[in-house]
Amino acid sequence: MANKPRVKLPKSAKAGEIVQIKTLASHDMETGNRKDKKGNKIPRLILNKFSCSFKGEELFGATMHPSVSANPYIAFSITAKESGTYDFTWTDDNGEVTKVSQDMSVS
Amino acid sequence: VNIARAASNQAITQDDLLKFNSVGQVTLLNFTDIHAQLMPLYFREPSVNLGVGEVYGLPPHLTGKEFLKKFDLMAGTADAYAFSSVDFSHLAGEYGRIGGLAHMATLIKAIRAQREPNTLLIDCGDTWQGSYTSLATRGEDMVDAMNALGVDVMVPHWEFTYGAERVQELISKLNFPFLAGNVIDNQWQEKVFDSTAHFERGGVKVAVIGQAFPYTPVANPRYMIPDWSFGIRDEMVQASVDKARAEGAELVVLASHNGFDVDRKLASRVNGIDVILTGHTHDAIPGIIEVGNTLLVATGSHGKFLGRLDLDVQNGKVKNYNYKLMPIFSDVIKPDAEIQAVVDAIRAPHQKIIGEKLGTTESLLYRRGNFNGTFDDLICNAIIEERETQISLSPGFRWGASLIPGQDITMDDIYTQTAITYPNVYRSEMTGETIKLILEDVADNLFNPDPYYQQGGDMVRVGGMGYRIDIQKSIGSRISEMTLLSTGEAIDASKKYTVGGWASVNEGTEGPPIYDLLADHIRKKKVIDVQPNTNIKVVGA
Amino acid sequence: SPEAAAEALAKLSGGAAAATSDKITISLPEIAENGATVPVGITVDSPMTAASYVKQIHVFAEGNPSPETITFNLTPTGTADVNTRIRLSKTQNVLVAAVMNDGSVLTNKKEVKVTIGGCGG
Ligand SMILES: [Mn+2]
Ligand SMILES: [Mn+2]
Repeated sequence: MANKPRVKLPKSAKAGEIVQIKTLASHDMETGNRKDKKGNKIPRLILNKFSCSFKGEELFGATMHPSVSANPYIAFSITAKESGTYDFTWTDDNGEVTKVSQDMSVS
Repeated sequence: VNIARAASNQAITQDDLLKFNSVGQVTLLNFTDIHAQLMPLYFREPSVNLGVGEVYGLPPHLTGKEFLKKFDLMAGTADAYAFSSVDFSHLAGEYGRIGGLAHMATLIKAIRAQREPNTLLIDCGDTWQGSYTSLATRGEDMVDAMNALGVDVMVPHWEFTYGAERVQELISKLNFPFLAGNVIDNQWQEKVFDSTAHFERGGVKVAVIGQAFPYTPVANPRYMIPDWSFGIRDEMVQASVDKARAEGAELVVLASHNGFDVDRKLASRVNGIDVILTGHTHDAIPGIIEVGNTLLVATGSHGKFLGRLDLDVQNGKVKNYNYKLMPIFSDVIKPDAEIQAVVDAIRAPHQKIIGEKLGTTESLLYRRGNFNGTFDDLICNAIIEERETQISLSPGFRWGASLIPGQDITMDDIYTQTAITYPNVYRSEMTGETIKLILEDVADNLFNPDPYYQQGGDMVRVGGMGYRIDIQKSIGSRISEMTLLSTGEAIDASKKYTVGGWASVNEGTEGPPIYDLLADHIRKKKVIDVQPNTNIKVVGA
Repeated sequence: SPEAAAEALAKLSGGAAAATSDKITISLPEIAENGATVPVGITVDSPMTAASYVKQIHVFAEGNPSPETITFNLTPTGTADVNTRIRLSKTQNVLVAAVMNDGSVLTNKKEVKVTIGGCGG
């Protein structure tokens, strides 16, 4: 990916609080249906998987198809339980994985 | 001030216009869609404003004699002149120009003097665009004028056509809040502007929630505001209402640029709004329209009217109200000296340009109405002649001053019809199929039976061609019998035609600005005479 | 096509007819500003506990070349409230299917109009 994906997650939360997490990747999401100026098909290259896990356990994930817009935006919510690191991954059609991690403290 | 002329017909006075039985603790003063008109003008209300589905025959979808009957107005009176199109040219001669910011200011100041701690002045938008001076100063003239007038809060639509950066610059110059709760950013889907402003009037806590025109990036160039997303967003309006109530608001007002039919539907879906001050569709409705417990106000356009709504609020509910929509008869109102000085200072540096007389008109020139108006026909003819095309298209804007028979056409007048930031007149080839697609698309924006799919403009105007429209049909099957007027032949779906038009929302549109093209055209013709267009057959009305 | 979307939906529910439910709220613009990026929000009324939660939310675009757009995989945490942005090539229905942890499937849909634009009041 050209630029690192960005994640919005509060630095801290109260135990039991429902927290919204927003993610924004930077990717063209080439559909495979477009042609270049010479009329050749531009091969498909998209991010097809997204995952958010906490301490090795997947809390939320998504499977993406070419109809997801460029620079995929995914927002969802979790319940804050304990302090720790949230790991976010995006996987493209070539199997390349981009990872971002962010901490949240829970009191 | 030509008091004598109006007085000779019917003795209206400034005091008559202001006559009002005060009620309760709060006075809402409201105008909308002033479209940068600082000076008195003529503005003919529509003779065709069709409603489909549930709104058939309901205000504002009543015109002419039916309108007069519904609101108990006598033909030939000052009110009939202000609110309807009946006998317009004749009555314009009798009652004179209407509007003018300094004239409106006189009424505002008189009401404030009487109800100082109770009054809120709310502007429902389309304020910064529509004149030569607003275009030349990129909206700043109107910001100065509205600051001087002491507006308390505003909402936007055409304001956005100066581009995102300029909008932010002008907001920083405003002395009052600019509300647009339904605008979110395209990255994180978060609010860009404030949604609510809080006031206390007459001991009542008032929350004003602001709604921008939901289809700004569809109806106007999206490239000018690429990072912002709009939409009606009922659920966000409801959340703002609930929050305001939770914070103690006793009176909740929605200042809205949704358009009247959209607001009528919204009022039935969102709970807890006491008053919706509507804008965008330019409807002048002399009374209040009630939807459940919500009061809908529609105060017209072009500075023609000032709405006054007095409210008695008890225990967070409206117990009683009184309303009056005051026409600003400029002949019988003494202009406010302070605001007149502001207006004069705005216009003086440009007087040489805007004062130029281009020609005269022998016929009534107007735009407003669902289908072609005579001013549009003039523009369409100008495009065909100046750009040498077979067909021309002109947008169904609802703004633009009218000119009465015998009147001079000045550069000022050209700009009241054309002052936009994307004015280029394109010349291109389109197939008959594409032309039909455009007409069908716009017709659905106007006649979709679900108001949430309506964008609040009128039908795209056409020159060089005629068509038949059945407004009751659905998209794709409303338009038929498309005919090329120059040959009388049917327009062929697969054949190409040369088409000229302006106000394209696409970036990089090339061609001369419409105002220059139109001014040149009138300079050449000197005398304009446009008869009503009979090339559009409307059925299902 | 609507048929392809219906077929994909039938696969989720094992051929059984999925119930249309107002437990699913779809937030989509009535008219898309830009067909290349249409914001969509989906909430499903569910306690999101281990005993009762939404396992998957599928979003189908009936009018696109291929109806599948995105599938969200959820676990018993937070609320069933997801947001993304999708491509819509023309005016069409967006179909949402929620698969619950007991295997039952709920659906709902909303029409989005994609228009040429221009003109205004
Ligand atoms: Mn307007
Ligand atoms: Mn407007």
